[in-house]
Amino acid sequence: MARPDGYTAFVNGGLGKRLAATLGLPQPVPLRRHSPGAAPADGPVLVGGHADTPAIAGLRAGLTAAGVTLTETVPEGIRLGGVVVDLTAAVTPADLESLRATLAPALKRLGRCARVVVVGRHPADASSVPERAARRALEGITRSVGKELRAGATANLVLVTEGTEAAALGTVLFLLSGRSAYVDGQVFRVGSDRATADGADPERPLAGKVAVVTGAARGIGADIARTLGRDGATVVCVDVPAAGGSLAAVANEVGGTALQVDVTADDAGARIAAHARTRHGGLDVVVHNAGITRDRLLANTDAERWASVLDVNLLSILRMNEALLAADGLRDGGRMVLVSSIAGIAGNRGQSSYAASKAGVIGLVDGYAADEGLVARGITVNAVAPGFIETEMTARIPLATREIGRRLNSLAQGGLPVDVAETIAFFAADAQAAVSGTVVRVCGQSLLGA
Amino acid sequence: MTTPRRAAVLGGNRIPFARQFGPYAEASNQDMLTAALEGLVARHGLAGERVGEVVAGAVIKHSRDFNLTREAVLGSSLAADTPAYDIQQACGTGLEATILVANKIALGQADSGIAGGVDSASDAPIVVPERLRRKLLRLNRAKTPADRARAALAIRPTDLGIQVPAANEPRTGMSMGEHMAVTAARWGITREAQDELALASHHHLAAAYERGFFDDLMTPYLGLTRDQNLRPDSTIEKLASLRTAFGTGPEATMTAGNSTPLSDGASAVLLGSPEWAEAHGLKPLAWFVDGETAAVDYLSGEEGLLMAPAYAVPRMLARQGMSLQDFDLYEIHEAFASTVLSTLKAWEDPEFCRDRLGLEAPLGAIDRSRLNVNGSSLAAGHPFAATGGRIVATLAKLLHEKGSGARGLVSVCAAGGQGVVAVLEAA
Repeated sequence: MARPDGYTAFVNGGLGKRLAATLGLPQPVPLRRHSPGAAPADGPVLVGGHADTPAIAGLRAGLTAAGVTLTETVPEGIRLGGVVVDLTAAVTPADLESLRATLAPALKRLGRCARVVVVGRHPADASSVPERAARRALEGITRSVGKELRAGATANLVLVTEGTEAAALGTVLFLLSGRSAYVDGQVFRVGSDRATADGADPERPLAGKVAVVTGAARGIGADIARTLGRDGATVVCVDVPAAGGSLAAVANEVGGTALQVDVTADDAGARIAAHARTRHGGLDVVVHNAGITRDRLLANTDAERWASVLDVNLLSILRMNEALLAADGLRDGGRMVLVSSIAGIAGNRGQSSYAASKAGVIGLVDGYAADEGLVARGITVNAVAPGFIETEMTARIPLATREIGRRLNSLAQGGLPVDVAETIAFFAADAQAAVSGTVVRVCGQSLLGA
Repeated sequence: MTTPRRAAVLGGNRIPFARQFGPYAEASNQDMLTAALEGLVARHGLAGERVGEVVAGAVIKHSRDFNLTREAVLGSSLAADTPAYDIQQACGTGLEATILVANKIALGQADSGIAGGVDSASDAPIVVPERLRRKLLRLNRAKTPADRARAALAIRPTDLGIQVPAANEPRTGMSMGEHMAVTAARWGITREAQDELALASHHHLAAAYERGFFDDLMTPYLGLTRDQNLRPDSTIEKLASLRTAFGTGPEATMTAGNSTPLSDGASAVLLGSPEWAEAHGLKPLAWFVDGETAAVDYLSGEEGLLMAPAYAVPRMLARQGMSLQDFDLYEIHEAFASTVLSTLKAWEDPEFCRDRLGLEAPLGAIDRSRLNVNGSSLAAGHPFAATGGRIVATLAKLLHEKGSGARGLVSVCAAGGQGVVAVLEAA
């Protein structure tokens, strides 16, 4: 895929490395990204935590089966691939000492692009005020650790439900792997109402699935199509007719089909559903990725610009979903993944219309995830919110602004389209049947809106 | 006539047609044919698949492109073990390719195939004068330095020069337009009638674009998303103001507006057996019913160069037991507006039908509202070998929209006094 940006390449060379260290400049490293056949973690993973660590007990077999080497002591002579700290048994803030005791010695022994995964329970389910405080504290710790980590390492928090800790296996494996390269400082909430699907080939978790990706002709959408295709899905690549040339190239590359349709057309959803049904026998995954920007200060935004952004980025999803979520649309157990943006969380000067649409997308996720009909059909709806991603679009931002956007995160670099795609593929897998209504930022723990 | 099984038109793809020296000026035939195939492959999910065969061709062809279609297949996402061959029947190439693929499918010799065509009037081969060519070959044969020097010195400044190929008939030296002007005058085709047909072509094609008709028949190429020649806002006054381009004197009626421009482009059509279609989740748009070719003696002046379809159609209708009025749609290639009008007039003419076609009664008139309803070559442009694929895919989709059983007639005139025609029926 894409090469590291010029600065990242420079500070990883001999002179650049010394210079950056001396001057205290950001020191981004090339991130560890997934390639087929890669180990689930880059080195042994330390496990520890508070009391009898029930989550680790539930995850141990799955992690081992996936090929993760677990260790209870910080090993001599080799670097750790990661740390999984289980605080699910914490009942009072005093218990957080267990986390410090496990993590502090390990942090000094982490390898490049290592992973810290903190496992806790949902604060809202706490049975006492001290317990709730302890649970809530994990978020602050995880986010601080994320900022403390260097050399491409990340820290994320996974919240699990009592008795169904094993349901978090897919999430923990994702976080340990190179698939989560640019996911940092995030909280993953794993539900408990459905069992985790197992038996899927870890290299091709989407084998046999039919996926639709809108806006697939270029940028992030093209990499979503490639990543879903790599994971085994048959991909229907959708984009406007005018982008048909590059759309055809992407569709042929992933061995899928190209469907030239404007997502704002009244019959777009019906045509997409009909195409998936007649050509591929059904529809399992929908990724609403198509989007546009018409950036202007709100004071200078006319009705037409405003309407076009809202129509493409938000209203079209609602219209298409009438067909895509109908009985002959997405199959039971289907997955829908939407693309939001950190602009929709933090806001961005000159992007009111875009931020409105992308915040609205989060509203869609909340609404659909709570829809009893969809829940009954086992359909999950989640979103990713990309931060600064290296695309043709961000390459056009003026240099100074671009450099600031790129460095203002814990990994001191922009993400790649594939990083967004990996998180979408994660949501799309059968293993994530218990994950719905979540918005995960793929932003390298951007300082914006954190 | 019954065939063992029916071949279905399953879909099509073309790149927008460009005017000569337009956006495709630097694109080769192979580039454009590959692009047309890639769009077809993507639309129908054929990446990595072997189809029965790919048949296509170009009218203006470089000698290096001896295996043009096979090379395009190798450059496409089709499986490398997909066979291919080139054909060339002037402007009838694309339709003839369709007939060939459909016949193999009907006979059970293939389950699927792609028919296509491409032409570039921009990236044309350049030929040196015959005298220079012989001297250059002699120079190439020379073995000793002395022989080489002698051969080189034999080339005179007057030998230098290039010949760009033109759409001229080799045996008459007349351009196609000049030939057509003779026919138009013979049939008394008026300037007004030609301009009206041209205007309808532009308006119909523009309307088809507006309703998104081509969204699943076309893949943009080199920045072009619509046919470059299309003039949606053309008016009868504008057309009437153009100077005549062919014919001489006050009798001349043919202009650049009612003649097709030289164009660049490519098209491809996917055909298959019903079983192959089913296995690929594809719904047949139309069945390929029959095809016929004819040629006329234009050298003696007995018949016009582009009148062969007037002979091919009645032969095919007789075989099928159909009348000219049995069609819901007619696609008559607009080489020139006067070609279409001369052909229609001939079919209405008792004398022509009796003396030339040997028919007791004239074929009669057609319902003109069923003719070229989405425009034709006058508006879209006419990259010679690509026109057949454009028409077949367009007609198949139109028939499918009309519903099962709807029939369409295709008629394409070609250089050398030839004509290729076919019948499609909605699946």
